[in-house]
Amino acid sequence: MMRTATFPVGGLYPVHHKHAAHRRAIRNAILPAVSIVPLRQSHGPDAELCVAPGDRVGEGTRIGRAVGDLCAHVHSPIPGLVREIRPVTLPDGVISTAAVIDLAGSFDRLGKVLARHEWKTLRPGTLLRLIEDAGVVGMSGVSQPTHAAIDATAAASCRWLIVNGAESEPYVCADHRLMVEHPAEIFEGLQIVERLLAPDRVAVGIGADKRDAMRRMRAHDNDGRRRDYVRLSVKYPQGDERQLIRAVTGLEVPSDGHAIDVGCVTISAATLYAIWEAVVTRKPLYERVVTVAGRGVARPGNIKVRIGTPIGGLLAECGGVTDPVARIVIGGPLRGYATTDLTTPVLKYTTAVLVLTAAEVNAAPIVGCIRCGRCAEACPMGLDPAQLYKLVAHGRSGDAVDYGLFDCTECGGCGYVCPSRIPLVDGLRNGKANR
Amino acid sequence: MSANPPQFHDRATTGRMMWAIALSLLPAAGWGVYRYGTPALFIIMVAVGAAVISEGVIGLIRRRPTLRDGSAVLVGLLIGMAMPPWVGLHVPATAAIFAMLVVKWSFGGLGGNWMNAAAGGLVFAFYSWNRQMIGPGVDGESSATVLATVRGALETASGPVGGPVGLLRAVGYPVSSVDASVTDWLNARVLTVVGANLPGGYVDLFLGYVDGAIGEGAVALLLIGTIALVATRVIRWEIPAAYFASYAIVTRVFGGLVFGDGYMAGDVLFHTLSGGVVFAMFYLAPDLSSAPTNRTGMLVYGAGAGALTFLFRFYGAYPGSGAFAVLVMNTVVPLLNRGLRPRRFGTRRRRDPGGRVRAIAGAGRKP
Ligand code: SF4
Ligand code: SF4
Repeated sequence: MMRTATFPVGGLYPVHHKHAAHRRAIRNAILPAVSIVPLRQSHGPDAELCVAPGDRVGEGTRIGRAVGDLCAHVHSPIPGLVREIRPVTLPDGVISTAAVIDLAGSFDRLGKVLARHEWKTLRPGTLLRLIEDAGVVGMSGVSQPTHAAIDATAAASCRWLIVNGAESEPYVCADHRLMVEHPAEIFEGLQIVERLLAPDRVAVGIGADKRDAMRRMRAHDNDGRRRDYVRLSVKYPQGDERQLIRAVTGLEVPSDGHAIDVGCVTISAATLYAIWEAVVTRKPLYERVVTVAGRGVARPGNIKVRIGTPIGGLLAECGGVTDPVARIVIGGPLRGYATTDLTTPVLKYTTAVLVLTAAEVNAAPIVGCIRCGRCAEACPMGLDPAQLYKLVAHGRSGDAVDYGLFDCTECGGCGYVCPSRIPLVDGLRNGKANR
Repeated sequence: MSANPPQFHDRATTGRMMWAIALSLLPAAGWGVYRYGTPALFIIMVAVGAAVISEGVIGLIRRRPTLRDGSAVLVGLLIGMAMPPWVGLHVPATAAIFAMLVVKWSFGGLGGNWMNAAAGGLVFAFYSWNRQMIGPGVDGESSATVLATVRGALETASGPVGGPVGLLRAVGYPVSSVDASVTDWLNARVLTVVGANLPGGYVDLFLGYVDGAIGEGAVALLLIGTIALVATRVIRWEIPAAYFASYAIVTRVFGGLVFGDGYMAGDVLFHTLSGGVVFAMFYLAPDLSSAPTNRTGMLVYGAGAGALTFLFRFYGAYPGSGAFAVLVMNTVVPLLNRGLRPRRFGTRRRRDPGGRVRAIAGAGRKP
């Protein structure tokens, strides 16, 4: 069964810029000589360090132990020697402890066909432990340890399990390629999650611009279970959890609630792939597919790269930087962060590294708000960003909260459309911080 | 520069949008200059110049120049184009200065003004120099606006009259040769299919072969300009569309069925094509700063402006009714912005028997 769906309020159609990378097969990156592995690999605290400088680590050795439900285990992406432990600044400005590992020694997994383990006979608790041990986290957007998310929702009743293949951020097409090239693995990952959550219904939402991915995914759906395949509008932010749930199920996650309050769980295609690896090949999450794109990069594409690889190395692998560059962005252009530090490492939830030229950024001086209403038109949460921004700027964050400040998902849509280039997302974040 | 998102932007900037609107007006302004000659050119130049100088002086005082955003040029251009070609140069100059200093900057400049600056300047001019703005020919001389000619003809007419276009013919208002040939062609080739017949005169109105304000006559060129602006998403279609729909309906129903023959005669075509209605519909009402910010609000605002335009026109018969209607609707914009904004996402709720807010009423499709 197939239908087309989207969310009703707001949204925008930014220039998508996907043509450069989305038809090219995923390439494997050369292994980094040095890997910088932060212990914070999800939107939670740092994992607890369990190696020391001088220690020898193998490919997939655990180097950080999760503490609490917001944190996941961290593994060494390469075999080698721990050179030092030092703090690094992550793209979003948070400082994390990181292990710096020099490449040395031999590989256990690289180049080998990994044995496949049977999982259908395993108990749910064992499956969950495998996912936890592999350090799987949400790999696109807000990142949470997957085992904890599944565990928390398994107790509640899951009405809908929704696969997120919207990937509505411009440029980013890593999940797209993954769905095209590894549909069987993703599908098996989905079966594992279905087993854990026992959802009433399952839906696979895929962006309407990914017809090949839709075709491939459907072709591998062969176990006779009924699943809804939903063609999702290319409107941004269709891939955000609330907009995805609204489009697929018609349910609205309450303003002060969570997806599970309406019985929904969403999971991205990349995360399903990681779950498959964790359970079937018993491989920890230490590499991922990253989109490298933007007019400033010579050979854009999707690269399978080890976590902890400095983005400088990744860019060099893509032919280096060509045109005069305006910005290097970690993540999608609407939600991601700009950086100038080429040693910034790839994280588990790094979807893309973009090298944007001035012609793509369209920067302009900030001028006064002309009250054109474009920001309000774009806001998928039905807010009036200009008004919230003004309230916050006048020190009235309390009033802004009444007008829905905390509903803002920081999707960046308002900032994209504002012709006066008002830093709306910055302002709203400040308001949230200083309420 | 902030490292925070978003990292890229839409091509549109405030300046580009203002300049684009100004650019889209130039063909119609050019037509006016071609038709009325140098006086028209001077009027437009004086209006633009006065607006730019006012903005420049304010920029100097505030030590923050704002000329580059193009809005001063746009306001000046709009005012100049809405002037009839026979007014003295002090009229556009004063109107433009009034628009910039009083209407725009006393509320804090672009975006701060709740009132449409160009419309404000125009209404000021209509009040201050009423006779000049209508023209010397209220009694039917050739240099009067076409609307004033109709009204004048109605006063002198005896016996039944055939609507505004009939009245024009009755007083011998000329029909251009272009009109004659285009109308003939339309009637012979296109309209016969539906059994309709277009009387002479409308094509003149559409193409701008009638007398009136400098830049308001060439309806066809204004239409093209607006289509370009809508297509490039500089302005929204909702306001002009609602404006036209409501104006057409009200003119048909009240100007036709209720009040019958004569000046209005329910002639939607004539009353849309004449007297600057299109100018107000396409260029004054959709002003970015003074129009509502949500879609429903835009529709209500456009519809209100359309209905008011009819009202002012029916009872006033003067051009400028569109500008006046826009100003009146500006006063309710804050109300529309607050009252008609979309429901916030995730605020539709149902209470379960225990009184706890739980799920969303009615929205979920049943499994
Ligand atoms: S988009 Fe920018 S200029 Fe327009 S209303 Fe919003 S904040 Fe103001
Ligand atoms: S960043 Fe927040 S306010 Fe802006 S469009 Fe997205 S949800 Fe709305």
